[in-house]
Amino acid sequence: MTDTMPARQTSTTHKVMPHPLNAWYVAAWDHEVTRTPMSRRIADRPLALYRTEDGRAVALADACWHRLAPLSMGKVVGRDGIQCPYHGIVYDSLGRCVSMPAQETINPSATVPSFPVVERYRYVWVWLGDPALADPDLVPDMHQMDDPAWAGDGLTIHAKCNFQLVLDNLMDLTHEEFVHTSSIGQEELSESEFIVSHDERTVTVERWMLGIDAPPFWLKNIRDKFPDFSGKVDRWQIIHFEAPSTICIDVGVAKAGTGAPEGDRSQGVNGYVMNTITPETDRTSHYFWAFMRNYRLESQLITTQLRQGVTRVFGEDEVMLQAQQEAIDANPDYEFYNLNIDAGGMWARRIIERMLAAEGRSARMAPAAPASSMTPVRRTGA
Amino acid sequence: MVASNIEVWQHATVVETSEIATGIRRIVLEPNRPVKADPGTHLDLMVTIDGRPERRSYSIVDASPDGRRVALSVFRTPASRGGSIAMHALQVGDVLEVTQPLQNFPLRHGAPRYLLLAGGVGITAIVAMARALARVKAEFTLVYAGRSRAAMAYLAELEAELGDRIRIHVDDEGTTMSVAGLVEQIAEDTEVYMCGPIRLMDAVRRAWNDRGLPPQQLRYETFGASGWFDPQEFTVRIPRLGVETVVPKGRSMLEALEEAGVDMMFDCRRGECGLCEVRVLDLAGDVDHRDVFYSDRQKEARAKMCCCVSRAVSATDAPAVVSIEVS
Ligand code: FES
Ligand code: FES
Ligand SMILES: [Fe+2]
Repeated sequence: MTDTMPARQTSTTHKVMPHPLNAWYVAAWDHEVTRTPMSRRIADRPLALYRTEDGRAVALADACWHRLAPLSMGKVVGRDGIQCPYHGIVYDSLGRCVSMPAQETINPSATVPSFPVVERYRYVWVWLGDPALADPDLVPDMHQMDDPAWAGDGLTIHAKCNFQLVLDNLMDLTHEEFVHTSSIGQEELSESEFIVSHDERTVTVERWMLGIDAPPFWLKNIRDKFPDFSGKVDRWQIIHFEAPSTICIDVGVAKAGTGAPEGDRSQGVNGYVMNTITPETDRTSHYFWAFMRNYRLESQLITTQLRQGVTRVFGEDEVMLQAQQEAIDANPDYEFYNLNIDAGGMWARRIIERMLAAEGRSARMAPAAPASSMTPVRRTGA
Repeated sequence: MVASNIEVWQHATVVETSEIATGIRRIVLEPNRPVKADPGTHLDLMVTIDGRPERRSYSIVDASPDGRRVALSVFRTPASRGGSIAMHALQVGDVLEVTQPLQNFPLRHGAPRYLLLAGGVGITAIVAMARALARVKAEFTLVYAGRSRAAMAYLAELEAELGDRIRIHVDDEGTTMSVAGLVEQIAEDTEVYMCGPIRLMDAVRRAWNDRGLPPQQLRYETFGASGWFDPQEFTVRIPRLGVETVVPKGRSMLEALEEAGVDMMFDCRRGECGLCEVRVLDLAGDVDHRDVFYSDRQKEARAKMCCCVSRAVSATDAPAVVSIEVS
């Protein structure tokens, strides 16, 4: 694997980024995982997801030890078990066989991989890498998702592109001017200054546009709080990336000149665009998003309107991302080049590359295979 | 955690070999396609026995983090089938054909507490687990039983590293382990990982089941290398095929039948899967069941055996004779 592929130290613009395995990824919304097993491919590994009788979420490899039938087609049994739909082997929530129907004993090797799970911020997170490193404290901060000071909801986009393309998209919002012309785009976006900072696991891109007209989306939002509002606004976008693939964007507008840049947002409306991107394959992603707000918490109408509004906006991104991935695949001999506006995305890429390097994998390598699998070269006639 | 059994074969050079306990040699290999070796993994390798290439499995005792150096430890059994003799004869610079690490005995992280149980050379499968658990500061105890201190590999290192997390039982010091006592004290949420002679593992399994502890919390690995009796030479017959052959001490019944030209079915060759099952038609002597496939009830019935590991034995001077039918 590694011996043929010298690591390239310098490039940070891989067109198809492998995904780190030593990381928590969202596998599902909390409400999706039930006593009826479901199947979802996460980081190139098909998983069977279900809940135990006491409500704990479980992630097992979606392939029975015996003949690899998908356990997600089976049913839950007992307190924490799942039964293979084919010949009835039962596994517990750790993936250990507890019943082999056709014999009186249990083959000690009969296990399916079970992956660490943490339920937090309305999501079920799984860890596909080295389980000894699966520290729940490494779950990215998305506390607005279930903090009583915030309200909102979201959905999942099945994005037909490498996860890094979604990160690039969210780390540079100048695309709003061109992709989201009718909702949040405005020319001040690409004209205004932005400031990038980073540490080992996070990147922040901050942009302020002062004394501008509110674009349609934001005019509606500020009028939800201040029905008579008219005039100019100060608009902000503060993008927080946390490795490997969570981006929470602090967005909002306030009446111009009321002190928002200095910290007084009382004359404005504030939202958080919560995004966490889970690689499905090297060319598809589960893009979990929500729009949370800290005003008019009581209004389900506003929750629904915002979810629908953002769905439309993200639908525009989805079209672009898929087209971009198709163009990448159709032009294998062309490289990426970078603009100054890519600085935030480039820091995210560099952090991801360091995670890959720490796993002994170069970002140039073929897409990740889960930690435990090995190159399938079968010896003939052993 | 994953039990991976995709075989990737490679070459490995012997870079160190030394006697570390009575009858036990530590052999350090440098494979040419190294991969990380998790606790519980083993290597399969090809050794030449009587001019024939044969396959053997050995636990990985320890390995460098990148897997570039991998240590095995091999006990030269008095009743060796030849593998351990060949392994003991290895010299620095010898090159072997070996697999990348294979996993049948994965250590799960996150259990509330662990008991690691090693009997004799079974410690080789357990050392890496003890170190991994110590590293993540898990709640665990290692119980290590042996005939004599001199025969217990890695004893000094483990005592130094693990302090009061290790408990030693030594037969010739009169501190033989009581399986009943051990299992009785186990807290219900304990996960046990054990490797050792089949008598020890059977005794633990029985006590475990008698106490009604969850069977899936008792993890063990067997290479089918030990039995209730020392191996004896015996005769096996297949009347339907007109086959009669002698199974020498150092060969398995499966191997002897294969050599006699019988088309045998098998998979694991270590007494787990039951695919090598033969039906016993007639028996002069007794069966030494060395598998973990049959239940006690089935073993007592002596109607079937896993011929990859189990043997016929005789209590008299006349060698045992078993007549069988094969699939
Ligand atoms: S494939 Fe699951 S029991 Fe056979
Ligand atoms: S071959 Fe598996 S038990 Fe004999
Ligand atoms: Fe967008």
